[in-house]
Amino acid sequence: MLLRVENIHKRYGKENVLTGVSFAMAKGETKVIIGPSGTGKSTLLRCINLLTPPDQGRVWLEDHEITHAKANINKIRSQIGFVFQSFNLFAHLTALGNVRIAPMKVKGMKKAEATRLGMEELARVGLADKASAYPSELSGGQQQRVSIARALAMFPKLILFDEPTSALDPELIGEVLEVMVGLAKEGMTMVVVTHEMGFARAVADEIIFMEHGVIVEQGPPKEMFSNAKHPRTGEFLNKISELYGDTEE
Amino acid sequence: MKEPAIDAITRLLPFIPRLLYASLINVELLLALIAVGYVLGTLVALLQVYGGRTLGAIARVYEWIFRSIPALVLLYLFYYGPPRFGLPISSFVAATFALGCRSSAYQSQIFRGAIQSIPSGQMMAARSLGMSRIRAVFTIILPQAFRLSIPGWTNEFSSVIKDTTLAYAVSFNEVLRTAKIVYDTHYDLAITVLVFVALVFMALTLVGNTTMGVIERRYGIPGLQAAGTARTRRRPLLGSQGSMGRRT
Amino acid sequence: MTLKWEWVPKLAEGLPLTFQITFSCIAIGIVLGVMLALLRVYGNRPIRAICGIYIQFFRGTPLMVQLFIVYYGLPNWGITLSALQSGIIALGLNTAAYQAEYFRGAIQAVRGGQMMAARSLGMSLSQSIRYVILPQALRLVLPSWSNEFILMLKYSSIVFTVTLLDLMGQGKRLAARGGNYFEVFIVVALFYLAIVFIATMLLRLLERRVRIPGLGAPTEHR
Repeated sequence: MLLRVENIHKRYGKENVLTGVSFAMAKGETKVIIGPSGTGKSTLLRCINLLTPPDQGRVWLEDHEITHAKANINKIRSQIGFVFQSFNLFAHLTALGNVRIAPMKVKGMKKAEATRLGMEELARVGLADKASAYPSELSGGQQQRVSIARALAMFPKLILFDEPTSALDPELIGEVLEVMVGLAKEGMTMVVVTHEMGFARAVADEIIFMEHGVIVEQGPPKEMFSNAKHPRTGEFLNKISELYGDTEE
Repeated sequence: MKEPAIDAITRLLPFIPRLLYASLINVELLLALIAVGYVLGTLVALLQVYGGRTLGAIARVYEWIFRSIPALVLLYLFYYGPPRFGLPISSFVAATFALGCRSSAYQSQIFRGAIQSIPSGQMMAARSLGMSRIRAVFTIILPQAFRLSIPGWTNEFSSVIKDTTLAYAVSFNEVLRTAKIVYDTHYDLAITVLVFVALVFMALTLVGNTTMGVIERRYGIPGLQAAGTARTRRRPLLGSQGSMGRRT
Repeated sequence: MTLKWEWVPKLAEGLPLTFQITFSCIAIGIVLGVMLALLRVYGNRPIRAICGIYIQFFRGTPLMVQLFIVYYGLPNWGITLSALQSGIIALGLNTAAYQAEYFRGAIQAVRGGQMMAARSLGMSLSQSIRYVILPQALRLVLPSWSNEFILMLKYSSIVFTVTLLDLMGQGKRLAARGGNYFEVFIVVALFYLAIVFIATMLLRLLERRVRIPGLGAPTEHR
């Protein structure tokens, strides 16, 4: 197992955001987490790379327990990629600058090497020609692709996507999903929180449906869409498919 | 270490009434100069926004002059100037006008910013109802501009109360000069006296800010605050220097 | 009323001191201000409180009083400083308090998401501050600091009250000799107008050179 999440609990004040969430995934798998807003999906992702430490529960990356008190959190995070809903590109750096800064500062890569790597990753997401543009000069879709390149440049074992297309104008969503589908097909291990059902149908190995901080049901897309065991799952999937459409990507 | 401290405070006690009385003089100066600054500042602001080319230019030059010349230089000019032309002047009046004109330069900027941050739709609406330009300015624009200026004035107030000590330089008998007189004869009390004066000002600033806070709550327009004007290079989001800020 | 040309070189003798004081106190202000701001944003409670007290004191009390405390008051505690040292230190401590607040505002204006992104890439707290927050905050704070520089340029004149011969002090000296305060100080005023004008222009140029597109209004959403 590449990632094992066991019994995660998280509360904000009096509110239980996550109650006893557990799952596991093997290398190369793509899991898509769906569910109504505010049910702790994003929080779960942030618990995995400890941006938001869980109150209870443990997480293992390969053989290392990352929730252990003695764990080197920075080293661990350098192995887990994270793509934010609001991109969070570094505003003072160009696209290339954004992609190469972590390899340079966290992994100690030399500038020339990091630049080469940066250009490779930017090309991979289709933005080699925008290398010297600043985030403010890029469209939302382009910014998000840069942030994916930024995560990729660290050669992560796993990438977490927190609603990567929710902040994008509709016509820009496609270019980002295209990159993500490409990654999934190349064998990247991914956990994606999203409403994009087309994406889920196309590349997810498993869909996890969460509501009120617990996993209600999980299973391969075919099953979930046609044969959901839990009534809520069926309800939700139907509603979402109506709203967001489920065109094949 | 406690003994000398308590000792110093006890020796300070007999001078406290004098010092407090002298700080009232600073407050007097403060009120006088703010008044001058307010009247002139409003005038200059109105001239710049509505005055047309020449008057506006004159107003802008006025503002630039009184913002670029250090307060101390202004004090000297206002103190030694009038007698030169046969007009005797007391240090209080000199300080009032020197610091007052300076304050007017900053206040005009505050007020101008407030006027300019009122959406142009307001004026359009007023005119479309048939109001003349002047009437629109007086009944629609100005009342809003005054309220929007309150936060800026709070800032100015805090700045200016500390500047009253500059009048020291023209032999004005305010609190700092009084303090110096005290410790000139009691050398070892110097730091105690001076720290006391400092604390007095902190207290005055606090009182002033609370008052302005009350005024802001009563008269301020909720959710609206004048942004910086074109003259300042201060970003609005960085503009909340609290109520002890510098002018720009 | 006659203004004499020979005053100009005599007054200009005070300029080096004026500039020295201004640059020195701003330098102190920047270093100390950045430190205070970082401590206020990232430090623990007691540290934040101490810095807060410092800032409250130096922003809430008059500059003249601060100068006098350093020059006339500290000898009570056995610390005797020259007039120049007192001037630079008092002005430096004063401007540091203001600069700290400006810088704190700038740090907090850099959107929190970027800090999260930096940490999620594996950067430590100090790396995140150094490579992501600081470069942006320093650019955001530049206008406020330029302002502060001009302000200190003008306030440097207070050192003449402790008998330093900066531009203001030279003016007083010159005027006292001839008794023609008004005329002399008109020229002094013109001097200040000139240097403030030049300094403002230069600082604006500096700002323009360091600009990054899109870094002017960090609250803009894309």
